[in-house]
Amino acid sequence: MPQTMNERTIPAPIEDPSTKPFWDAARQGRLMLGYCLDTGQHFWPPRNTSPFTLSPHVEPRAASGRGVVHSFTVMRVAQPYAPAFVELEEGPRIFTNIVDCDLAEIRIGMKVRLEWQATEGAPVPMFAPA
Amino acid sequence: MSLRGRACIVGAFEHPTRKAEDKSVAQLHAEVAYGALQDAGLTARDVDGYFCAGDAPGMGPLSMADHLGLDRLRHLDSTDLGGCSYIAHVAHAAAAIAMGRCEVALITLAGRPRSEGQATGTAARAQDATVPDDPFEIPMGRTVAAAYAMCAMRHMHEFGTTSEQLAWIKVAASHHAQHNPHAMLKKVVTVAEVMASPLVADPLHRLDCCVISDGGGALIVTRPEIARGLKRPVVTLRGTGETMKGQSGGYPDLTFSGARFSGARAFDEAGVTPADIRYASIYDSFTITVLIQLEDLGFCAKGEGGRFVADGNLISGVGRLPFNTDGGGLCNNHPANRGGMTKVIEAVRQLRGEAHPAVQVPNCDLALAHGTGGLLAHRHGSATLILERE
Repeated sequence: MPQTMNERTIPAPIEDPSTKPFWDAARQGRLMLGYCLDTGQHFWPPRNTSPFTLSPHVEPRAASGRGVVHSFTVMRVAQPYAPAFVELEEGPRIFTNIVDCDLAEIRIGMKVRLEWQATEGAPVPMFAPA
Repeated sequence: MSLRGRACIVGAFEHPTRKAEDKSVAQLHAEVAYGALQDAGLTARDVDGYFCAGDAPGMGPLSMADHLGLDRLRHLDSTDLGGCSYIAHVAHAAAAIAMGRCEVALITLAGRPRSEGQATGTAARAQDATVPDDPFEIPMGRTVAAAYAMCAMRHMHEFGTTSEQLAWIKVAASHHAQHNPHAMLKKVVTVAEVMASPLVADPLHRLDCCVISDGGGALIVTRPEIARGLKRPVVTLRGTGETMKGQSGGYPDLTFSGARFSGARAFDEAGVTPADIRYASIYDSFTITVLIQLEDLGFCAKGEGGRFVADGNLISGVGRLPFNTDGGGLCNNHPANRGGMTKVIEAVRQLRGEAHPAVQVPNCDLALAHGTGGLLAHRHGSATLILERE
């Protein structure tokens, strides 16, 4: 699984018993969203209860990895980076970064694709221009 | 049961310090508590309800209640909604008083982020292993500045809001702060100066961001019968509302806040409309926070906030809605990174006729204080108060 270099050191995500399946799938390059069986909606972040009904009738479902930039900013720090909300094809808007691009070219509505970023632990889902 | 008319704010004290190198957080809590009691003409022995939030050291209210020597407490509440906690605490105190569960409520806030050199709005925090959102947000760079900046960016995209319009909010606050001897930033600034200040997180410039200050404040809330026996003009609760807004399962709308709900409840309880408000304290962690809240509270339509704040409309004596006449968090004080206490305090000053003469609203008999606590884009608490002078 190719890991793309990012200038910023990304902290490893803390894993817990509920989220271990998500991070295991991440290590295999799969972005697993939550899916509520009662309402037929994907949700984020993944959890073992539905944020719509509070019931346990949920299952993980793989995302396509395609989305568009819903909003973003550029952090004007020593190593600038771009936090963003990306609206996935499946519906949820997830908090992430836009990577592998000229920060000055990021636009709301820009098409992006999933690009896993390495950490000392599991990789984290970030997005690059499609 | 309506809380309208069921409680009064009789003590309001803002600590004069903005940099407390020689005092502990606990001492600051004690000093503001004493200041508010003096303001009210009451003593510590009168207090039977205590309210504090996450800035209070120790487990919930226990350490501060003990440190302050409050040994007659019948009601305690350490609800933490971030910076707007103290606005909600007034409503919680009113409810307890209305139910006869306490008579004299003390609310305190204090902190010293400036002296401690605490993480600013651009620094990421460490993950908490038990907070479910942390692993999905902190590695991605969840910071205060980014959270508000992304809301501004989306608001500009959807409604055409401009940086110039946001800058007017800071300009207005600075016009007020120039009259406040305790304000951290007393210089009047122009739109051009705000836009020329360095970008922190696009599109927010440094002057779009509030100050980091030490200090704090306190309030005393009591029954109307006790209030009328004290020496100060009576400030009475008219309307209240609170809520929380989060990610909605992964479908956040970045262009509005929980003020839409807490404000509607407060206006409904009060039986007034935004047009009746003579003065408003609007949480100003960032300029965009003010703009979004003004829309959500109904002072203008959603998307019209830029036009509403432009051209000095928030300046006392100039515009239609005098706001943050102490200079707000943008120019005066945002103690412990929690601005809700000072929002209530300035509203009380205005209603008492005790604001600086240069910014005092004539015949100020109805005021609103509103706050957003936490991170606008991720999850935040909202609390609204409507207060009147008898």
